[in-house]
Amino acid sequence: MKIRVASIPQLAPDPVISSLSPRAVVWSRLSRDPWMMTCAIALGAVLLSTILAPWIAPYPYDQIELRLGASAPSWNHWMGTDTLGRDLLSRCFYGGQISIAVGVVGTLVSLVIGVLYGSISGYRGGRTDELMMRFVDLLYSLPYLFLVIILLVFFSSSILMLFVALGLVQWLTMARIVRGQVLSLKNAEFIQAARVSGTNDIGILFRHLLPNMAGPIVVYATLTVPSVILQEAFLSFLGLGVQPPRSSWGTLISDGAGVMGLFPWLVFFPAIALAVVLFALNFLGDGLRDALDPRQRHD
Amino acid sequence: MSVDAVLSIQGLKTYFFTRSGIARAVDDVSLEVRPGETLGIVGESGSGKSVTFLSVLRLVPPPGKTVSGEIIFEGQDLLQMPLQKLRNIRGKRIGIVFQDPMTSLNPFLRIGDQVAETLLVHEKISRNKALDRAVGILEKVGISDAASRLEDYPHRFSGGMRQRVMIASALIANPSLLIADEPTTALDVTIQAQVLDLFTHIKSEFSTAIVLITHNLGIVAGMADHAAVMYSGRVVEYAKTTDLFAHPRHPYTLALLKTLPRPGDMQPSVQPIPGMPPDLTCLPRGCSFFDRCAFRMDRCLEESPPLISFGPGHQASCWVDIEKGQNPVSE
Repeated sequence: MKIRVASIPQLAPDPVISSLSPRAVVWSRLSRDPWMMTCAIALGAVLLSTILAPWIAPYPYDQIELRLGASAPSWNHWMGTDTLGRDLLSRCFYGGQISIAVGVVGTLVSLVIGVLYGSISGYRGGRTDELMMRFVDLLYSLPYLFLVIILLVFFSSSILMLFVALGLVQWLTMARIVRGQVLSLKNAEFIQAARVSGTNDIGILFRHLLPNMAGPIVVYATLTVPSVILQEAFLSFLGLGVQPPRSSWGTLISDGAGVMGLFPWLVFFPAIALAVVLFALNFLGDGLRDALDPRQRHD
Repeated sequence: MSVDAVLSIQGLKTYFFTRSGIARAVDDVSLEVRPGETLGIVGESGSGKSVTFLSVLRLVPPPGKTVSGEIIFEGQDLLQMPLQKLRNIRGKRIGIVFQDPMTSLNPFLRIGDQVAETLLVHEKISRNKALDRAVGILEKVGISDAASRLEDYPHRFSGGMRQRVMIASALIANPSLLIADEPTTALDVTIQAQVLDLFTHIKSEFSTAIVLITHNLGIVAGMADHAAVMYSGRVVEYAKTTDLFAHPRHPYTLALLKTLPRPGDMQPSVQPIPGMPPDLTCLPRGCSFFDRCAFRMDRCLEESPPLISFGPGHQASCWVDIEKGQNPVSE
C-alpha cells in the first residue's frame, strides 16, 4: 500500500502534551493539595490504629475496673473510662474495626449489586427495565429495618451476616442512580459508534459506560459508607448488631449519648473518630471523582 | 442489478411503530454500491437516508423495525444473519462515520484505545500491535505526530481532528464499505473541505466503496460517482452524478437544484420549495411529493409512480417527463 502522507494537510500538534493516568492524577493532587493530604493522613492513621488495635491498645477492650467507674480523661486513660471502668481509647480502637469493616463491606456489597442491577436494567430497557425497577420500588416501600431483621433472623445473626444484610438494603439507590446514568448514556453517539465497530454488550458496558458513570458512583459510594456505619449503630442498639462486650463506634456513641450530661467524653471521642473518617472519605471521594474524569484534569 | 455490488439493498422497508401510527421511514428502497465507487445519498431531514443505512447494520433504535427487504453485503443477507455473525461485519467489513465528532468519541477513553478498539474486537492481536496500527492509520488521516497523541483523551482534539480520528477508527480494519452519515455537517467550512479531501484520498488509496449521506448537493456533486435522491422514505431519483445535475428527471431534484445559489447571478435566484414534506405516518395514496410539485397532474394523486428508467442508469419515480415540460401545473 502506497502511503502518501505528504498530500494530506497535517494539523499542528496541540501544545499541551501530558495526559496523566488516573493514579498519577490522584497522587499529584494529593501531594499538591494540603487539605487532601491531611484527609488522607487522618484516614490512614485511623485505619492503621484499628488494624493494629491488639498491639497498640493500652488495655483489653473488655477489662472492667469497677472501682474507676466513669473517670474523666487522664494520663492513664487518655479518653477516660466508661461506666464499667473500661478504657475508652482501647474500645475506640477495637470499635473502629467493626465500624470501618461494616462501612466498607456494606458499601462494596451495595456497589456491586447496585451497579450490576442498575446497568442491566437501564441497558436492556423496555419490559425488563420496567420489571426490575418495580421490584426496586417494592423493596423501597418496605422499611429497610424490617428486611434486615428478617435477614438476620433467617440466617445466623453473625457480624458477617450483618455486613451483608446492610449491603443488601443499601443497593437500591445506587441501582437507580446507575440506571439513570445508563439510560442517558446508552444512546450517546459514542456508544452507537462502539456498537458499529462490533463491540459486544459486555464490552460496551464495562469499557464505555462504566468509566463514564464513575463520578456519580464514587460520590454516592462515599455517601453510603457513613450511612451504613450509622445503621449498624442503630441495629446494635436494638440488639441485632454487635453484642457486648464487643463495641463499635456506633454502640459507643449510642451508649455515651445516654449519659452525655454526666460524662460527655463518652460520646465526644467516638463521635470525633467517626466524624474524622466520614469527613476524610467525602473529601477523598470528591478528589477521586475529579481524578477519574479526564476532562477535569488541568495539569 | 449487477452481481458484483458490494452492497445491494432490495425492497427495504423500515417502519417506526409509534403511538401516533406507523411511520414509514424507509419505504421500499433499493440501492446498490459497487466496489470502489462513491454513492451520494441526498435528501432533507426525515427523508430516511440515515435510517436506510442504520438498517443495513441493524442498528435502528426501537420503536423502529425493518419489516421486509434484503440487504446483500458481499454475498450474504445481513437481515437474515445471526447477530453474532453480524458483529463480525460491523466495523470490520463496514465502517461508519457519524455526523457529530464532538459526541462520537468516548470522553473517558484514550484516542489510541478508541481507534484500536475495532481491531481488538475483531482480530487476535496484542494491544501494542493494535496501537501500532492505530498510529499508522491516524497518520494517514492527517493527525501529525500520532504516536505521541495516542495517550490523549478526546477533549484535547478539535472538531476536525476528532472527525479524522473517527474516520481512522472506521478505516483501521480495512472495510470494503465506508458509510459516512453527514460527516461534515457539524464542521466549519474550511475543515469540511479538508475532511472531504481526506475522503477523496481514502477512495484512491484504499479503494473503499463509500456511501456519503448528506443534505448538501454541492458535496454530492464534488464527491459522488452516483447519486440517489430520497424523499419521504423513498428513492425518487437515481443516476450518475453528472446526469443528475445536468438532466434532473424528478421535480424534487429539479427543485433542490434550484435552491442552490448560483455564483454570478445578479437576481436572488434561490427558490425555496414551497410546503412541507408529508407526515410519514399518513402518506398519501399517490405521489408523496404531490403537494409541492410544479408538474403535478391528476394521475399523481391516484397512483404513486414507480422508478421509471429515463436512460441508461438513470431512474426517477415520476409520471411526468419534466424535460419535455409535459403538463406543468401553473399556479
